Amino acid sequence: MGRRSGCSMVLGERKNLFLIILALLIILIPVFVKNKYYFTVMNVIGLNTIVVVGLNLLIGFGGQISLGHAAFYGMGAYLSAILTITHHFPPWPTMVIAMLATGVVAYFVGYPSLKLRGHYLVMATLGFNIIVNIFMVELDNITGGPSGFAGIAPLSIGKLTFDNDYKNFYLIWAFAFLCIVVSLNLVNSRVGRALKAIHGSEVAANTLGINTDHYKTKVFVLSAMFASLSGSLYAHYLSFISPRSFDFYYSIQVVTMVIVGGMGSIWGAFFGAGLLTVLSEILHVAEKYNIIAYGTLLTLVLVFLPEGFLVGLYRLYQKRKMKALIGGNKD
Amino acid sequence: MGLREQVFQYIISGLTLGAIYALVALGFNIIHNATGIVNFVQAEFVTLGGMLMYSFYSFFKIPLPFSFLLSTAAVTVIGALVERGPIRMAKSKAIIILVFITIGISSTLRGTALLVWGPDNMPIPSFSGEKVIRIFGAAILPQHLWVFAITIGVVIFLQYFFYRTLTGKAMRAVSANRRAASLAGINVNGMILLSFAMSGGLGAVGGMIIAPISTTSYDTGVMLSLKGFAAAILGGYGNSTGAILGGLILGVLESLGAGLISSKFKNAFAFLILLLVLFLKPSGLLGHGEAERV
Repeated sequence: MGRRSGCSMVLGERKNLFLIILALLIILIPVFVKNKYYFTVMNVIGLNTIVVVGLNLLIGFGGQISLGHAAFYGMGAYLSAILTITHHFPPWPTMVIAMLATGVVAYFVGYPSLKLRGHYLVMATLGFNIIVNIFMVELDNITGGPSGFAGIAPLSIGKLTFDNDYKNFYLIWAFAFLCIVVSLNLVNSRVGRALKAIHGSEVAANTLGINTDHYKTKVFVLSAMFASLSGSLYAHYLSFISPRSFDFYYSIQVVTMVIVGGMGSIWGAFFGAGLLTVLSEILHVAEKYNIIAYGTLLTLVLVFLPEGFLVGLYRLYQKRKMKALIGGNKD
Repeated sequence: MGLREQVFQYIISGLTLGAIYALVALGFNIIHNATGIVNFVQAEFVTLGGMLMYSFYSFFKIPLPFSFLLSTAAVTVIGALVERGPIRMAKSKAIIILVFITIGISSTLRGTALLVWGPDNMPIPSFSGEKVIRIFGAAILPQHLWVFAITIGVVIFLQYFFYRTLTGKAMRAVSANRRAASLAGINVNGMILLSFAMSGGLGAVGGMIIAPISTTSYDTGVMLSLKGFAAAILGGYGNSTGAILGGLILGVLESLGAGLISSKFKNAFAFLILLLVLFLKPSGLLGHGEAERV
């Protein structure tokens, strides 16, 4: 585990530099890119990034896996849709309400299973995801059922309405940027160090006086709230949501993004979200190949580069450099 | 039909489904005991069992009993390949990595099944006719009896294998203590390979015997195996008597719940039970308190 956190530190040391580059990219991309389709793809990457960065905190630092993030993502989307359209709530406060409600639900799902040793969270969240999805389909008088919920109004600030891909790009990426900043700060804080200790050895962390259940639950709730935020943005951006977007295959997708990017690396999460979103866009023409490609990529990366694509390649590069330094000595 | 007959009918169909959940749960347990992982490829074992049997029977015109055996053998081999390939080649043996490797393989196989067979439901004929048998006013199909008979046969076989044969005892030794087993000269890797092969066979049998009742498609295994997993947890993860008990209880509760409360939420019952068990008694009905609290 020391190796992994060591690497995330390597990527974390130049934290500010990376953040400035990302900020510049976000500001400058719309100057150079004009194609509407590219904006759609980048917006989806932004939405996924928010979910994946949060999930990465849980997986990379809490050492726990959730297969229920599609449900939290969906809760954000459906709460925003139902409250603003059916009950005429104002959109922005509704996003906060959705996040809080999702957080409370996540607490009740997470706390009992995180008290147990082993991977009970995977099972509990998997079951939870399926139940939430069934409710989305079956409570059709509230959710619109399998045909979905349409006509969700776009967000607006004053007179500025985020009603096209271009404006939404700035909105979504502003939130994605914010989530990355929050996560980076969290990782380099007391909480982050406690989480790293938990990932390293839960028993050792416990004996050092770290309340492990407490921290794991907190990070799980936080990651669920990130997902909810992303879901709300998704609903207002696309104006249409349906249960299919929130089934547990999406949960598997976001976990794949975390793993491919590299567990425990915030930038890796960003990279994983980008790579796999683009991949599934490319494969969108033939949906059946999509599942195969996802599955094969996940399998190959995990078998050969269990630390993730970015971190794994970084390590290979380091090894090469070391070899060159030693001067062609064998091994 | 009066309420009593109705309830009886629900119990019969619940037990039929429950038998499938039990077979799947046993498959989960065998791999869990050998390796400690949750094997998500179980879903594809169930699917492939049904689909391969369909192909052997309808496409290659092989008689049903032989199709059944061929399909069992084929999925057993696929199970072994899963272990011999990705699982054994994995650089990291961390449980969570291995679990996600199985998720990856599962997606790949499901995608491949969709490519080969398409999205439609395929019919498989009953093993012996459709003549309804009436018992206490409830209608029972011959296929229901086949499900019960084959499940009981498999359970007896497993009991014999694990307690009366040397290989079975060696497998139990590996699940009790891998290191000690290896020191006693047991080929641990061989036993793990065997556990994947056996789970493959069990899943395939489950998928095939239910197919005449519910038809089969490229993703039938997903729900069946997720519920089988819930059954394994309900019974006590890793406990084989628990798996059978959990499967049957879950099947009956689900069927009664769907029939008497609401059929809309039929699929939610199993997972509601899963959550309740995890929260209230995570070691399950017959577990040994393995789910220790930190």
